[in-house]
This record gives sequence, C-alpha cells and structure tokens, in this order.
Amino acid sequence: MTARFLRGTAAATLAGALALTAAACTNPGSTAGGAGGPKDSAVVGIAYEPETLSPLLGYGKDGNSKIFDGLLAFGADMKLKPALASRLPHISDGGLTYTYTLRDGVTFSDGAPFTSKDVVFTYRTILDPKTNNASRTELDALKSVEAIGDDTVVFRLKYPYAPFAERTVQAIAPAHIAAKQDVNTGPFTTRPIGTGPYVLTGWSKGEKLTFKANTSYWNGAPPVKKFTMAIIKDDDVRATRLRAGDLDGAILPPNLAAGFKDDKAKKTWTATTYDYRTVTLPTHHRVSGDTAVRRALDLAVDRQAMVDKILEGAGKPAYGPVPTDSPWFAEGTERRHDLAGAQKILDEAGWKPGPDGIRVRNGVRAAFPLWYLSGDKLRQDHALAYVSDAKKAGIDITAQAGTWEVIEPRMKTDAVLAGGGSPGDPDFDQYLLLKSDLAGDGFNNMAWYDNATVDRALEAGRRTNDPAERRAAYDTVQRELMKNPGYTFLTHIDHLYVVNDAWDGPSTQIEPHDHGLASGPWWNVESWKPKKAGATQK
Amino acid sequence: MKRRLPWGAMARMTGRRALAAVPVLLAVTFAVFAVAEASPFDPVKAYAGTAGLTASQENLDQLRANLGVDRPLLTRWWEWLTSALTGDLGDSSVMRRPVADVIGERLGWSVLLAVTAFLVAIALGTLLGVLAGRRRGGLLDRTVSSAAYTLEAAPAFWLGLLAIWFFALRLGVLPAGGLTDTASDTVTFDQVARHLVLPALVLGVSQLPWFFLYVRQGVGDALDEDPVRGARARGLGERTVLTGHALRSGMLPMLTLVGSRVPELITGALLVETVFSWPGIAAATVQAATSVDFPLLAALTVLATAAVLLGNLLSDLLYGLADPRVGFDG
Repeated sequence: MTARFLRGTAAATLAGALALTAAACTNPGSTAGGAGGPKDSAVVGIAYEPETLSPLLGYGKDGNSKIFDGLLAFGADMKLKPALASRLPHISDGGLTYTYTLRDGVTFSDGAPFTSKDVVFTYRTILDPKTNNASRTELDALKSVEAIGDDTVVFRLKYPYAPFAERTVQAIAPAHIAAKQDVNTGPFTTRPIGTGPYVLTGWSKGEKLTFKANTSYWNGAPPVKKFTMAIIKDDDVRATRLRAGDLDGAILPPNLAAGFKDDKAKKTWTATTYDYRTVTLPTHHRVSGDTAVRRALDLAVDRQAMVDKILEGAGKPAYGPVPTDSPWFAEGTERRHDLAGAQKILDEAGWKPGPDGIRVRNGVRAAFPLWYLSGDKLRQDHALAYVSDAKKAGIDITAQAGTWEVIEPRMKTDAVLAGGGSPGDPDFDQYLLLKSDLAGDGFNNMAWYDNATVDRALEAGRRTNDPAERRAAYDTVQRELMKNPGYTFLTHIDHLYVVNDAWDGPSTQIEPHDHGLASGPWWNVESWKPKKAGATQK
Repeated sequence: MKRRLPWGAMARMTGRRALAAVPVLLAVTFAVFAVAEASPFDPVKAYAGTAGLTASQENLDQLRANLGVDRPLLTRWWEWLTSALTGDLGDSSVMRRPVADVIGERLGWSVLLAVTAFLVAIALGTLLGVLAGRRRGGLLDRTVSSAAYTLEAAPAFWLGLLAIWFFALRLGVLPAGGLTDTASDTVTFDQVARHLVLPALVLGVSQLPWFFLYVRQGVGDALDEDPVRGARARGLGERTVLTGHALRSGMLPMLTLVGSRVPELITGALLVETVFSWPGIAAATVQAATSVDFPLLAALTVLATAAVLLGNLLSDLLYGLADPRVGFDG
C-alpha cells in the first residue's frame, strides 16, 4: 500500500516537474501554467468576436461590457441593480416616464467626469438613423431622453413598455470623446474609453482583446489586474490551448469539456440559458401551416432524446422561448413525447398514410423542406433528429444545408432550424418571434406566425407594469402556442466553460443565445480574487 | 570591372510600365467591385453581425442606405475611384475604421512575413540547388528533388496546419499563432521573432521548390558548358568554378523567377496569415472579401496588383542588367 502510494507520488511529482519545464519552455514571459503564487492575470478563450467596441454601434447593449457601464446592471440572479445610476429608476406617468439619478464622482478612464450629458449623448446617437446600429429596434419604445442638471436623466416612452429598465443596461459612451468623431468609423470604435472596471489595452482583430484593470474604478479596483480574451474559433484548438496552459479558461462544447472532468486544477461551469433551438413551421406552406401537422410534430418529437444524445445532457427540453426553469414559464405547458397521440391527431384531421407510409390529404403529401445553417454541427444534429422523429409520424421532411444567403429568401415557405434567445423579460423573445405584424421582418417571426389571441396578449404584456396582469398575458401566449405550435421548440442549450480553479468569485449568469464577451464565468471577473498560493493544489 | 549602369534605358522601361499599369489597375478595381457585387454575400448582414438576426427590416434598410451599398455598381466604383485619387481610400465597414489606417497598421507585418519567407526560400533554394546541381543523381539531389516535387503540390495552408500540429501541439516548442503570446499585450522583438518562425518557414518552404529546381537546373547545365570545362582545365579550384562560373550563369533564370513568384507569394501569404492568425493585410483581405467590404477589398487588390507589377518590373530590370543581350525593351 505504502509502496504504491510512494510510487504514485513520485510519478505525480515527476509529471508536475515535466509540466512545469514544458510550460517554462513554451511560454517564458507568461504567468500561465503551474506557477504557485496568486494569479492576478487571466487569459480566456472565446469563440466570438464583437464587430465593434463602440456602445453607439451596439457593443454592450446587454450590459457587462468590461470597458463600459450602463445605468443599471444585471446581478448574478439576473435582477437589475444600479450601476451608473445611484438607484433603480423612478417610474411615473403610467409607465411612460423613467427618471434616473446618476452616481456621484464617477470618472471615465481618461479622468473626465461622467455626467448626464454622456447618457443623453449615448441614447440620442443610437436613435439617430445615421448611426449604423443594428440593435436600434430594441429601443423602439423610447421617444426622448433629456438631462435635468448634471445628475438626472429623464426617458420618455412612446408607449408603456414594461421591460424598458432592462434596456438601460446599455453601455454609456463618453460624449467629450465620441461626439467629436464620425460615429461609424471614428477611432473610438476600436479604441474605446469608458467608466468600466477594465481599460482596453489592445485589440488585435481576429486574435485577442487585452484589458488592464481600471485602478480608479468607482466600484473598487479589480484584483485581477490583467485580463485577456483570445479569440479562437476552432473548438479543438481552444481545448488544446487550455490543456497546454496557454489559456486559464475557455468555452467548450460538451464532448470536449468532458475531457477536463478529472483535472483537479480546473472547474467546469455550466450556465443555463435562454439559448433555444427551434424549427419554424411557415404559415404560408400548406403542410407546415396546418394546425394538425404542427400539433402532431410537437408531440412526435423526442426532446429528451435530443438533450441526451445531441447535447450529452447539457440542456433541457424546450416548449417555447421561455425555458422551463424560468419564473415566467406557464406551468402545465410541457408536452410529453407521444407518437401515438401525434398519429391520432393526423388521422382525425384526415392525413391518411399513403403507400410509402407518408401521409396524404386531398392529394397533398405531408412533406416539406427544412433548412439548417451549413457548418453548424449542433443545428445539423437537431435537424436530422427532427426529420427522423417526423418520419415516424408519417411526415416527410427533407433536411438541407445552406448559408443565410440561401435560406433567407425561402423563409416564408420553407422551414428553418433557427436559434436565439435573450434572457430577462418574457417580452424580448416572444414578441419578436410571434407578433403577426413582424412576420418576415428581417429574421423576426420567421414562421409568419399569425394568431390574434397571441397578438393581443403580447401587447397587453408589454404595456403594463402590473405583475399579475403580465403573468396572465404570457401564460396566454404559452398556452396558445401549445394549441397552435407554429414553431416546434426543441431544446434549451447549456453553455459549458472550463476554468482554472485559481480564483474565488467565478459564477454564471443565465446566458443568451449570442454569447459574446459578456457571458461566461468571467462575466464578473472584476470581482474575482486570486486564491492564496497552495490553495490551488488540492 | 565596374560597368556604368544604363540609367536612361532603365528609367524609360519603368516609365512605360507605369503607363501600362494604369489601365490594368482600373480594370482590376472594377472587376473587384463587379465580382463582390455578384457574390451572394450581403454587406449589410456582414456589417450587422449577430445583431442583424434580430434587427427589424427598417433598421436593416437604413443600414443599407447609410453604408451606401444600395446604389448602382458603377456609381459606387466611380465614387471610390475619384476619392481614392484624391487620397481618401474610404472607410472599411468590417474593421469600422478608415482603410488607410487598416493598411498602415497591417502592411508592415505582412511585408515582414513575406520578405522573411522570400529570403528563406531564396537562400535555402539556392544553397540546396547548388549542392544538388553539383552532383545530379546523387543521394542529396534525389532526396531534395523528390521532396521539392511533393512540396510543389502541397497547399500552403495544409503545410501550415501540419506545422502547427507538429511544432506547436506535439513538441510545444513554437507558438501556434498570433503576433505575440496570448497573455502579452506589448509587442516585443523576441516575441515577434518567435512567432514569426513558423509562418515564415511555412511560407518560405512552400515557395522553395521553384527556386531549388531552377538553380539546380541552371547550375547543373552550366557545369556541363564549355566555360566551366575551360576553367577546370585551367586548374581553377572547384569553389571558384562553382561560384564564379556555374552559379553566375545558373542564377540567371532565377532572376525572372523572383518577379514571377510574387503573385504566388501573395496568395500563399493569404492562406498562411489566416492559418497562423497573423495580423497582416492578407488576413484582412479574406475578411474584406467575405464581408463584401468594397473600399478595403479594392484598396488591397490595388496593392496586390501593384506588388505583382513591381515584381515583374524588378525581375526584368535585373535580367537586363545581368544579361545585356536582353536589354530594356520591356
């Protein structure tokens, strides 16, 4: 027993020594690797790169932008808390007026004071049609914004919009710098200056973003003094560089994250999300637009099998854009996998099996095409599983791969395997996906869903601040979606991250589909604290 | 020994070439606009990125108008051309910055990579070529020649991936990509030097076979010619024969090669920069092309075309100098 223990220890020491030497050869200048002391720098690998770093062009619209702050911010529990505002807004005038009092003594990283002018400048510039901001629609409800003195800002809305406060996590740009340049192409778009916990020190496009701590940050200087985000699109390369010690953390797909399970020095973080995968069932196709076909598909699809096989357990079945663990989820709208039930619905609706097993009604074959984004393995797997589940019910779906350029012109009549999801208010996803007058508006309401009851409930839900009325409205939407499922929702996908266990403080938020810089256990890197030396070698 | 250079003739040839370059450049830029226009990629989608997937149609239409990509092809090309002639290269939509800034920041790194690779290819190619040419059919000749034919057929990006796999992942001795270490945010000489090794070697090695094969052939042929036999008969040392006689005439075809390899070098750099995340203009070209970033794409194409034309001019000038029979008639 003792001998074996000794041999094990010797081997471990040898391996450790080898690892240290290897790290020393490959990376002499960096503190990454097995160094013992507290780590005040972190390097993480991410898959996406922001198009711009200017809040005026859409960066930091969901908060958490490292370089900037919003008036409000989301906490770990996704509850709003004051940031550049000193408290939550005062809502008056029947939900039409939001008044924010600003925090005193905040400065931008160049030393200039932050005032109401910056807030007004930021919002007015975003609303200006000449600004190339593709997310302007999110501030659709905003009519005007004005400053009262240096520390108060008043927003007036066109219509009462309940989730408006969640939109004010929008990052605030400095007027004294950004107002003097071309908003779309000026140097500010790549060399930003903000009030945030970190200051950008470099952006090598396609390679990495580097940050240093803002020592005069209003909420205290971050203990992690240097923060680097390496942009590595390839999952395998990211995993390899994490294993080699070049990275301290990375986002990984489930199969690669599993490879780090036995690594005691690293921790795997699972973030639950609003990130759904769905199949659009176009209203303007005579098969997918039929309610019986839609309801049958909703029952025929085996969501749990998709979670188990495709996501390797890292996810949940989805019945709508609202995840089952959200407080807004309508109890009882889960659909069991029920192939017999699906067949019964189709039989009763007059879809009878033809000689090849595919159902036919009035000479129309129950068949339609399903597009998925080429190169997206996850969507491909979902599409193929959907096709095979549908076949069992007698519906013939042909899965086809294409780029958005190919898919977009066909969205009115062809089904698409789509993804999306923004956490927070139930208005965000449901309004864009289900509102009939947004049918075919860009990528909104891709299925051309058209349901008068849903339209009314969606409007009611966003125009009141009364919690009970809102809950009733969104319950109606979800129950209607069960009666006429114009989309087959398949799964909500967990995002997995593997991070060196060298800090106290990492945690996860509920994440959106588009997991850019803001997501991941490093969403709060400014409050991480290095663990004491030795604490990592448990 | 020293001969006066024919400056006049050289200048005339350069002038003629410069005149001929004007229509070539015009045609190339127009072709770039036309091809980009015909491509299925949508500049507005590329600009909006993921935000475009939830943007309203009105929002996207406004973006299209702001970016000016809704106007006819000819108008856009003419506007680009006239403002480019006054020194304004326009703004890159994918980099969100003036095109001149993007190029200014990246050109240096590309030139560093290309020149290093070119020097590697020429130096190694010449050395190996001379050694192989001396003893054609020898062991060295057979090994290097067959390797050269294999390399000639191997695409640069495949070599790049292979090099990353072997040197960066298996051995862990060289960094896999980027200009500096991931954790470092300052550009220091030793970091760049270490990060340059793999991409420059891969690019150089991918160009090597042509130089090697030309020199080998040239030197081999020259060794069989009368002057060399004469020199040997006069009892000159092998080294003198080789460097003074064989190499000199054997190198002649290589001068044309230097010029004609420039286009290959540029396409090679395109792939190598992408594989190694090297922040040069070639990597930017790929991004500009897939995002239909007209101003950036046009400027980079002009640059590449100019580099090719200059390469040709240079090799013709050198050839004219080395072999007066050829002259400078263009």
